[in-house]
Amino acid sequence: MPKGKDTALMSWKEVPFGCYILEPGNSVKFKTGDWRSFRPVLDKEKCIKCGQCYIMCPEPAYEADEEGYYIVDLTYCKGCGICANICPKGAITMVVEEV
Amino acid sequence: MGKRIAKEVSIAIAEAVKQCKVDVIAAYPITPQTHIVEHLSELVASGELDAEYVTVESEHSAMSACLGSVATGARTFTSTSAQGLALMHEILFIAPALRLPVVMVVANRALSAPISIWNDHSDIMAERDIGWIQTFAENGQEAVDLVYHAFRVAEDRRVMFPFIVNIDGFNLSHMIEPIELPDQELVDQYLPPFKPKYKLDPRKPISMGPVGIPEIYIEAKKAQDEAFKNAYKVVVKAWDEFERIFGRRYNPVETYRMEDAEVALLIMGSLAETAMTAVDKMREAGKKVGLVRIRLWRPFPLKDFVKAVKGVKMLAVIDRALSIGATGGPVAVEARSALYQVPGRPRVVNFIAGLGGRDVTVEDFEEMADKAYFYMKKKPKEPYEMIGVKE
Repeated sequence: MPKGKDTALMSWKEVPFGCYILEPGNSVKFKTGDWRSFRPVLDKEKCIKCGQCYIMCPEPAYEADEEGYYIVDLTYCKGCGICANICPKGAITMVVEEV
Repeated sequence: MGKRIAKEVSIAIAEAVKQCKVDVIAAYPITPQTHIVEHLSELVASGELDAEYVTVESEHSAMSACLGSVATGARTFTSTSAQGLALMHEILFIAPALRLPVVMVVANRALSAPISIWNDHSDIMAERDIGWIQTFAENGQEAVDLVYHAFRVAEDRRVMFPFIVNIDGFNLSHMIEPIELPDQELVDQYLPPFKPKYKLDPRKPISMGPVGIPEIYIEAKKAQDEAFKNAYKVVVKAWDEFERIFGRRYNPVETYRMEDAEVALLIMGSLAETAMTAVDKMREAGKKVGLVRIRLWRPFPLKDFVKAVKGVKMLAVIDRALSIGATGGPVAVEARSALYQVPGRPRVVNFIAGLGGRDVTVEDFEEMADKAYFYMKKKPKEPYEMIGVKE
């Protein structure tokens, strides 16, 4: 087991003032995809490209591709299932991640 | 210098806050703090004070609004008492961790139950560990002076911590005392405009209050703790500067007739004035009794305190709050801990007095000093006792 201080991200002397994040938008560095136990799978036959998944995704992990389909980026998708729940056409199914 | 005029202490505090040119006040009225925020709202309504007065629905909202306000770089003030302070509780810890220097006057009052609007220190002692700088005022002039000092210290870039000035509810807040409000020019000289290094500004976005995962939380708290300890020097320097500009001297710990004292009474707040009268009486009767008063409660002025009680045989700590089930009141526990490593330390006895507005008289202080003398010969059975309780 590593000692606590070895697992620390930085020395206390390097902690930014007030623990502020001084670099805006740096949450893209936080790869939340490894939290996921369910993965959203899109059925393009049913998809009407309404973008509800894109709007509601809390991360946001969805982005439109060239054809206008909203595709999830699994680097950030936590598998919360909000997209599947909100989809008016039932085009998104949550599938268990295989270990 | 300004004129000495008889004023209610709460009104004088509001006038002092006005002189500090606050930008935002967010407060909820509660006895005995009410007159402070009531007068501030009048000053804003009449245009005498150019500030936003945010009327909120609770103290939890008041403190939340204050943090948001000060985070944008606005000088911010609030005030509360007792249940109101308790309702602020969870937000109070956030202010110092985010280094947000809001200034608050707490008119100290007992906590329910039974319901009591009267003075003791149980409200603020429940907030002992929030990480705010804290001072205790003895009289009206000091209460006012500590307000200027609080803004000056809190907003100093070497400090950037929130600050509570404690005043005894009613005993101070509702007293009419001769108070000198300094000329505005001198206040401006003492208190520069608030210019934080970081603030919430859409042109230069930053995030305040992110998650602290286990790999960073303890380092963040260590950084906060070290910065807080360093605030001590600025607290004292700001009092040096205060003396230079306004002519009145304040120290972290005050002593009264402590030369050759065998027994010392230790207290915080306005009852020290009554205690001084008791000390004078006992000195006249040949008893070597002195008084120590802690003005700066957080960060605790360890060296000043140890120096103040040096040579004393018996230290009688008078607490204005009960810490039920503990080994003493909060001040006594602090004093015992502070002295434990000191060679030749005085013994400490602890009296809990004046809870829920019960008067503590000159005779009560004499009784406590006499008990301290008695306990020099015979050890007390209990680590603390309550004074003035009817059997």
